[in-house]
Amino acid sequence: MTAPCTVELELFRGPLDLLLHLIKKNEVQITDIPIATITDQYLALLEQRPDLNLDGAGEYLVMAATLMVIKSRMLLPEPAVEDDEPEEDPRADLVRQLLEYQRFREAAAALGDRPILARDVFANPPAAADPAPPGEAVPATAHEASLGDLLAALREVLARRRPPPRHEVGEPERSIAECVRMILARFTLVDEVDFADLFAPEAGRHEVIATFLALLELIRVRVVRARQEQRFGAITLALAVADVAEATARVRETGHRMLWGGGDDGDGNGRCGDR
Amino acid sequence: METDAAAIAEETANGNGHPVAEGGDAARAGDLAHLGGVLESLLFAAGAPVTVARLVEALGGPGRAEVVAALEALAAGYEREGRGLRLARVAGGYQLRTPPEHGPWVRRLLGQRPPRLSRATLETLAIVAYRQPCTRVDVEAIRGVDADAVLTTLVERRLVRIVGRKEAPGRPLLYGTTREFLELFGLPDLGALPPLREVGEGADVLTAQDLTVGPGGVAATPAASEAAGDWPSDCRSS
Repeated sequence: MTAPCTVELELFRGPLDLLLHLIKKNEVQITDIPIATITDQYLALLEQRPDLNLDGAGEYLVMAATLMVIKSRMLLPEPAVEDDEPEEDPRADLVRQLLEYQRFREAAAALGDRPILARDVFANPPAAADPAPPGEAVPATAHEASLGDLLAALREVLARRRPPPRHEVGEPERSIAECVRMILARFTLVDEVDFADLFAPEAGRHEVIATFLALLELIRVRVVRARQEQRFGAITLALAVADVAEATARVRETGHRMLWGGGDDGDGNGRCGDR
Repeated sequence: METDAAAIAEETANGNGHPVAEGGDAARAGDLAHLGGVLESLLFAAGAPVTVARLVEALGGPGRAEVVAALEALAAGYEREGRGLRLARVAGGYQLRTPPEHGPWVRRLLGQRPPRLSRATLETLAIVAYRQPCTRVDVEAIRGVDADAVLTTLVERRLVRIVGRKEAPGRPLLYGTTREFLELFGLPDLGALPPLREVGEGADVLTAQDLTVGPGGVAATPAASEAAGDWPSDCRSS
């Protein structure tokens, strides 16, 4: 939690936090701040950050201005007292604020030291205080994804798709056979591929459909398996055979001619054109 | 919290004749143990904190006093026998929880991320908890930094909720803590929050010479009380 002693504004939870740090470092009482020293140190810390973005540092700059006002008021000779009210110490407001902040900082630390549910103590069922971070598999009862699940996921992909660039002319449509090779190629490096990752965001509607048809065929010939951890959850694809080589062989053996492009490429039979 | 209940229960158990000797006392202790077992089942199955009223309702026989006595005996038993559960008083009810010293193993088994409680989160929660209902500006005045993002996150995490609007210019939203807040920190109720430290160094303002000894005892001079009045004396608004 405590970061190394390099001075980084991010380490401080705001200007008051930084001031308390300086007060502690100088071993002085909050009620008797050596304003000149503290102001200089405060400004020095701000200057160490040339990349101060005003958004994050605005509060620090306001405090710097406040400190300088206090400093100048303390340097000025006291004006002749007109009324009976003695002039308040210019530091009083700041001291009040610091003391108040310190109280809540202590209260916050006390809260943090309590036995925290799902950190120190556990109840049944375990409180899901934080949603499971992505990537950590939730041991749920996964089921074989149905066609409905796949179609629902496809709708999401189509909805997410960015409009393709307008002026691309003459780009040949990707055939289902190409899509099959593309899908299988994904499994050379990883065991599992997310359904949604098959589709590049800029892929055209045509390519999305061709990829989807290729996937359906691969599932049909039992080369690829689609699994879904929970209803409407993400669909994960995995090879149903040992490796990509076996998958390719199986596709050539059992798949429709369309899947592997027939005897030779270029006859256009496998094209999934809608023109 | 657990220790409170346990201490009382220890007393109750001893007062009611523990170890039990004979006759009616034995029967009573037996009943109490049986009731304790049923309560243990109820609390285990419920998971979440259950109020005594709901326990009484579910049992449909024993009165409130009996149920409380059985709960306390149960709590004391857990402590005494060093069991893997504790009966905690949380958010107005009773809940079975693991003791903190078993936390590391449970955490490893579940493989969950513990809830993230940054300093900014804790400070904001503390201010809302002690000052509720309070506005965003109240929080910012104390912390000296923008509180918008932290408050939004806390509302999303359901640790803080909007309880209304302040009748002030702009009708700012008022925030308060939730039941989930009590559960997260294992608090029976808001009254169980540790008292906010009195403004210590502020007491310097009250120096000895400001005090006068009169017939009525020690009293602060007007000047002194005025000085003290600068400091908020009570931390918690009800």
